[in-house]
This record gives sequence, C-alpha cells and structure tokens, in this order.
Amino acid sequence: MSAAPAPPLLAIENLQASAGGKEILKGLDLVIRAGEVHAIMGPNGSGKSTLARALTGHPSAVVTGGRVRYEGQDLLALEPEARAREGVFLAFQYPVEIPGVTSSTMLREGLNAIRAHRGEPELDAFQFLKLARQKADLIEMAHDMLSRAVNDGFSGGEKKRNEVLQMLVLEPRLAILDETDSGLDIDALKIVAKGVNALRGPGRGFLVITHYQRLLDHIVPDFVHVLADGRIVHSGGKELALELERRGYAWLEEPAAAPRS
Amino acid sequence: MSAPVPGKNAEIEALAAKEYEWGFVTAIEEDRIPKGLSEAVIGLISAKKEEPAWLLEWRLKAFATWRGMKEPTWARVRYPPIDYQEITYYAAPKRQADGPRSLDEVDPQLLATYEKLGIPLHEREVLAGVAVDAVFDSVSVATTFKSKLADLGIVFCSFSEAVREHPDLVRRYLGTVVPRNDNFFAALNSAVFSDGSFVYIPKGVRCPMELSTYFRINAANTGQFERTLIVADEGASVSYLEGCTAPKRDENQLHAAVVELVALDDAQIKYSTVQNWYPGDAQGRGGIYNFVTKRGACRGRRSKISWTQVETGSAITWKYPSCILQGDDSIGEFYSVALTNNYQQADTGTKMIHIGRRTRSTIISKGISAGHGQNTYRGAVKVLPGADGARNYSQCDSLLMSATCGAHTFPYLDVKNPTARIEHEASTSRIGEDQIFYLKQRGLGEEDAVNLIVNGFCKEVFRELPMEFAVEAQKLLSVSLEGAVG
Repeated sequence: MSAAPAPPLLAIENLQASAGGKEILKGLDLVIRAGEVHAIMGPNGSGKSTLARALTGHPSAVVTGGRVRYEGQDLLALEPEARAREGVFLAFQYPVEIPGVTSSTMLREGLNAIRAHRGEPELDAFQFLKLARQKADLIEMAHDMLSRAVNDGFSGGEKKRNEVLQMLVLEPRLAILDETDSGLDIDALKIVAKGVNALRGPGRGFLVITHYQRLLDHIVPDFVHVLADGRIVHSGGKELALELERRGYAWLEEPAAAPRS
Repeated sequence: MSAPVPGKNAEIEALAAKEYEWGFVTAIEEDRIPKGLSEAVIGLISAKKEEPAWLLEWRLKAFATWRGMKEPTWARVRYPPIDYQEITYYAAPKRQADGPRSLDEVDPQLLATYEKLGIPLHEREVLAGVAVDAVFDSVSVATTFKSKLADLGIVFCSFSEAVREHPDLVRRYLGTVVPRNDNFFAALNSAVFSDGSFVYIPKGVRCPMELSTYFRINAANTGQFERTLIVADEGASVSYLEGCTAPKRDENQLHAAVVELVALDDAQIKYSTVQNWYPGDAQGRGGIYNFVTKRGACRGRRSKISWTQVETGSAITWKYPSCILQGDDSIGEFYSVALTNNYQQADTGTKMIHIGRRTRSTIISKGISAGHGQNTYRGAVKVLPGADGARNYSQCDSLLMSATCGAHTFPYLDVKNPTARIEHEASTSRIGEDQIFYLKQRGLGEEDAVNLIVNGFCKEVFRELPMEFAVEAQKLLSVSLEGAVG
C-alpha cells in the first residue's frame, strides 16, 4: 500500500433516490477503491438497480439527496455520456435492442467518443475491428456478432456476453455489472466471469450487483454488501455471500428496520 | 393510428430547431410570363419552347380536362386553398435564351448556386460516375456526359430537347403510364409542364453510370411542373437519381411533377429520390406543396421497376410512386423513408397493381414523425383475376419522436385471384428513452445517439440507395432531425 492514499475511485455518501415517484434509496454509503471488487446483494426491490441507474444518470432514477464523488469529482453533476467518457460503465440487466445499428458501429462510435475525451486519436474501422475481435475471442464470442444489429434477436445469454464484450473494448475504470449473471447457464457464466477477471487490476474498480452467490464463485469479490430497503445493512468479506446463500436475507433486514425513527 | 409519446420533449425538441441550411436566393434575371392559367398562357409556354402542334394540342386537352376536375381531398393533409390563378407557370433563367453549349457558358451565378448545394457539375463527376442534367427553375442548363452516353445509343436530355430531337419516342410513350386525365395534379402538369428529363435506354444496353438530375426551385411564386419520362427497352437497365433542394421562401410554392417509367421485356429501372424541398419554418409558415404523380409500367415480361425515396422536405408531400405489373414475372419495389418534423405533413405510399402472372412486389415504408409532424402511409395492393401466383410483401414501420406528432397507416388490399399471397406487417414505435440512454452510457452524445437509432430504423431503405446518395440521405436526416427528440 502506498503511503499517501489517492482519493477513492467512488465515494457514495448518504445517497437518496426515487424511481417512479417512490423513494428507493434511503441513504446509501459505499466506498470503492481502485483495484477492488465489491458485490452488492439483496432481495428484489431493495434498490440494487436504482443504484446502478443513479450512478450512471438514467432519467428514471431521480437523486433526491446525498453525493457521489468519482475520482474526486462530483459524478452526479455530469451528463450520462460524460460519465461514460470518464470511464463509468454499466453492463445492463436488460440490454436494449437497437434494430439496424450494428454492434461494431455503436461500439466504435462510443469508443471513439471516449478516446476523443481522453485526447487520444480515434480508431479507424480496421483498427477497431482488430481490437474488437481480440476481445471477442477472450469471451469465445463469434466475430459475426459484431456485424449484427445491437442485441437484435440475441438470446438472453448473447445479450449479457455482448455487454461484457463492450466492457472489454471500452476498458472502464469503474464497471457496474447489474445482474449480469441472470439468465446465464453455468458455462456462459464462467465465460462472462473470465471476461470480468481479465479486466481486474489495480487501476479499476467493480461494483457487481447480483442476486445469487454462484456468480461470486467465479468473480471473487473483495467485499460483499447487503442492500435492503435502500440502505447497506451489512458488509463483509467474500464469505458473507456464502452465508447469505445459506440463511437468506431476512436475518439482516430486521436490524435495519428497527432503528428507524 | 396515432400514438403520443411521453417524455423529455423539451430537450429533444430543442435539438430539432435547426434552420434550413440551403435557404438562399440567386439573383438571376428571369424570363417569366404573366401569372395565371389560361389557354393563352399554355399557348405561350408551348410557343416559347417551340413545340410541335401535337404537343400543344395535348396540353390544351389536359387543360380542358383539368378545368372539369376537383382538387382531391382524400389525403390526410390540410392546407389553405390554392389560387391557381395566382401562380406563374413559366420562368426560365434569362441567359438561357442563347443556350449554353458547355459549362464555360453557364451563368457563373448558377454554377455558384450548385456549388453551395454541393452538386457535382464538373469533371470530378467522371470519377463519381454521375452524369447530371440540372434543372434550374424550369429549364435544363447543362447536360454532361451526353456524348459518352450517345455512343451507346442512350438518350439523356431535357424534356424540351427530347421533344425536338426525339419526337417519335416522346410521342409514343408520353402519357401512356400517367394519362393526362389521371388526376387533378397530373392534368395540371400535363397542361403546363415546363421541362424535365427524358431517358431512353436502347435494347440490351445497361447504362454504365447513374443518371442524375437535381431539381431546384428558385424564383418566388413559380410553380415547378417537371415532366420526366424514362423508357428502358428490352433487356436494358438504368439507375436514375433525383435530388432536390430549394432555397428558403415564405410563400408556399406549388410543385406538381409527373414521372413516367416504362420497362419492356427484361428491362430494369431503378429510380431513387432524395427530396429536400424547403419544409417551412418551425411555426409551419412557408414550405413547398409537393403533389407528385410517379408511376412505372412493367410492360414487359421479367421487367423490374424499383422506387426508392427519402422524403425529408416540403410542407406537404402527396406522393405515391406506383408500379403496374403487367408483364408476367415482373417485379415492383417501393422503399421509402418519409420524415415529418415541425408542422410538415406527408401522405405517401405506393400502389402495386398485379396484372401479369407470378408478378411480385415488395413495399418497405419507414415513417418518422417529430415535432407536430403528421406522417401517413397510404398504400394499395391490387391483384387482378389473371395474376396467378402473385405475391406481395408489405412492411410499414412508424417511428414517433415527440408527443405531438402523428403516424397513420392506411393499407388497402384488393385481391381478386385466390392463388395470390399477400403479407403485411406494420409496427409503430417511439424512439426509446432506454435506447438513447444505452447509447449515451457507451459514450455517445444525444444527437449522435438519435441519429444512430434513426439511421438504423431506415437501414432497409438506405441500403437500396446508391452509395453516395445513401450518405447524403443520412446527412439530410440528421439535419432534419436536429433537436427533434421529444
């Protein structure tokens, strides 16, 4: 560990947010340092997806209080595309279909926007394709997926794998994975995990949102947090995931509800 | 059907407020005749063009028919009554009287105008493989590559020149696809048409380059009444491009063109249009009224006519490029993107009339509505009793970009042969907040995201366009939609 610690990659303080007119996040605190993998688990409706949306600026998640610093700057003040260009990536739980737009076109435009933001030269079509194919090989994805329309006619598993491919190409500094494991069989899950693990490194942080412990067998987290009723009610190491698997969430939710005044 | 779109209107509508880029007026002396329509005016037009007596007679018969006709009201477009006596029916750039023989003789002002429009009129066209017959107001000012085409026996010239040089061909085909009494606007055009283009591809000849015409309205209050006739003889093929931009005007201008295509045995005609007439301002003031009759006759066996249109301009678009599938095994196609923003109204579609056996047709229509735009698809598929084994596939998709726009679909089917197979698919979707967000999350800005989604929506049509045209069409779409997401 270095003597003078850099500001955390992500520092969430007392974050409150509503969705659909309902209060969902009720004061969430979380710090992620570069190099760390954090898993967030919790029952349905606890606010996991709202957290992902609030961090990336989705209009359906309305932040009503608290603050979020990303590498020291006010993340919430940035437009969604500016957050993306600063290196915040979301692997969507339900990736949308965009008929007629090929994955490679979309991804190249995105990558070049990000590179332009960093002051790097744009990649031409050939350079891009070479890069994208290398990354596709890493997760055993057929190259022709790149020339298909974005998620159009993809199976659930293909969509999730496509999200991971995009993450590998865009190389974010903060990657948020929103239930990337849902709908995947065990082989697909391993491949997805392989993609994530390939990106793990000292300069990068992960927020892995999941419902099930099984993903964490393959993406081993440094920290596990339990989200319940809009707050993190319990944090621990990777062994917490196993305990949750065994005992469920109920034993953790009770103390969270009690101190409310 | 109409479907409102909820959501972030202000943001997206702010994007749509881009001014018409091609609004400028060229100061050129004009040779015009008094406004209004009468036998005398028609006589004057015909005399100015030194037309033969049969053509004057043809015009006058059309005029007599038109006088007994009523302006159609069945289209889903609203506009104040047009006073046909307030319109000037002929204007030609004055210098044209001496007739430029080469580009060097063309009025530099005209050339500058084309320059601004990005029309390639110089030798670089050779590289681009495009021959241009540019119509400035009503008279063709320059035709290029004519000699090269002439070597192959191809005729590509202004309509007036065709009347002089190839009267037999013109007389044999004029009005045989769109009769002069076909409809109100076609009859008007038949009476007063000023100029246009004529193409004849002889037997067995494949035209080696895309033929291209740019129409442009310049003079205020001057209606444009082009007449285009394209004939592909047996085994011939041709691809024809028509592109339009018009300078900005406050008054509404009437445009009533007629295009006739004739394909004989084994002939193929591909007709592509990018229409970008002035659409009016954000409040719906001004803009072109575009009432066009376009029709192709697949007369020969195994003939094929393909229409591709990208309609982004005009205050009102009333246009139904159609195919009469007369020859056995003939094929008709219609690929269309129609965009209405602000207060634009479009009522467009096609008619596929199956007469011959095993005739096939494909209709792909993409309507995009933004602002207060109203977009109607109106299409008819008609299968006559003799059309054994006829097949049609129609797909009509609408994309809505604001809460105040409308999309409407009127497919008409009339099938009189039990062996026919007809398929129709339709969809209406709104541009998704989630789609836009997804692209932003990958680093794209709002405008780029919208353009990408819209271009994706139109892809099936764009890929039918010749490549240079496809690029222009995409550019046009993004300009027309700036600020339109809402």
